[in-house]
Amino acid sequence: MSRLLPFFAFMLLAALLGFGIWWNSAHDPTAVPSPLINKPAPDFALPMLDTPAKTVSKQSLLGKPYLVNVFASWCFACGEEHPVLMAESKDLGVPLIGYDYKDDPQDAKAWLAQHGNPYDMVIADTSGHTAIDFGVYGAPETFLIDGKGVIRYKRIGPLTPEVIAQQLKPAIEALQKEAP
Amino acid sequence: MAKLLRTAVLLLVTFAGIAAAQAIDPLPFRDHAEELRFQHLTSELRCLVCQDENLADSNADFARDLRHKVFELMQQGKNDAQIKQYLVDRYSDFVLYDPPVNHRTWLLWFGPLLILIAGALVVANTIRKRSRSGAPAAAAPTENGDDW
Repeated sequence: MSRLLPFFAFMLLAALLGFGIWWNSAHDPTAVPSPLINKPAPDFALPMLDTPAKTVSKQSLLGKPYLVNVFASWCFACGEEHPVLMAESKDLGVPLIGYDYKDDPQDAKAWLAQHGNPYDMVIADTSGHTAIDFGVYGAPETFLIDGKGVIRYKRIGPLTPEVIAQQLKPAIEALQKEAP
Repeated sequence: MAKLLRTAVLLLVTFAGIAAAQAIDPLPFRDHAEELRFQHLTSELRCLVCQDENLADSNADFARDLRHKVFELMQQGKNDAQIKQYLVDRYSDFVLYDPPVNHRTWLLWFGPLLILIAGALVVANTIRKRSRSGAPAAAAPTENGDDW
């Protein structure tokens, strides 16, 4: 028995290694979990991309749930995500708000004109200051915010059809169920 | 004359270097102490885009934004703990290079100690067994001879 001990110790280490490989392939090790889930979204007031004179604030959006999709014309992964949004944004059941992050408004407009605009409305955070309050550290990122202004779900990285079907839609449906 | 010229060139090169270093991130510090505090604080914070770099060293655009935020909070009179908390509230403990001791990092902090204790127990057990059987440690006989 005692001479089998090294073998068992080896198996234990191999299992640990295997678990590590599995865990890192199933999860993005660089994704930073947001501490803002189930906390009120930060107050913000940002101009609309098309009509900068008009400001959209957290207060003006209270009442029903909505999605905020952080994107930018310079962001490569956003280009991968874009066709998915074009195909699925109308079936989500909640408004999709584009959050143009650290972008030249002209570039963003040209980008949307070229690739199509899946958003119900686009707000522009040219400086990226408000994004810090949201805990944004890259693009694309997507927030689901409920009618009371609470962040309920966050996706770091591009939305894919799988992520939408397995995570986002169930989260939206749960929100719609709890609404009176 | 040649010596004077050389000194002048040397001075020029030195100042050009300083100017270039400041042009990367020109922040209007009040004094040197504030600058040192800023350097120290940003070296303890992680750049979330390039996660193996700290905020002080990173050239990422995002790191510059966070550096400016840290500077802005310093100007508002926030202390180091408040500034760190501000970033932790938005980016979780991950933003700190020095992980705090709490229920989620308990294994990280004390796991190595547990492994050390387990190893010490195994060693102590082996020594006790061998001293009891009276056999010298190096020439411990095998039980039935079939080594693998």
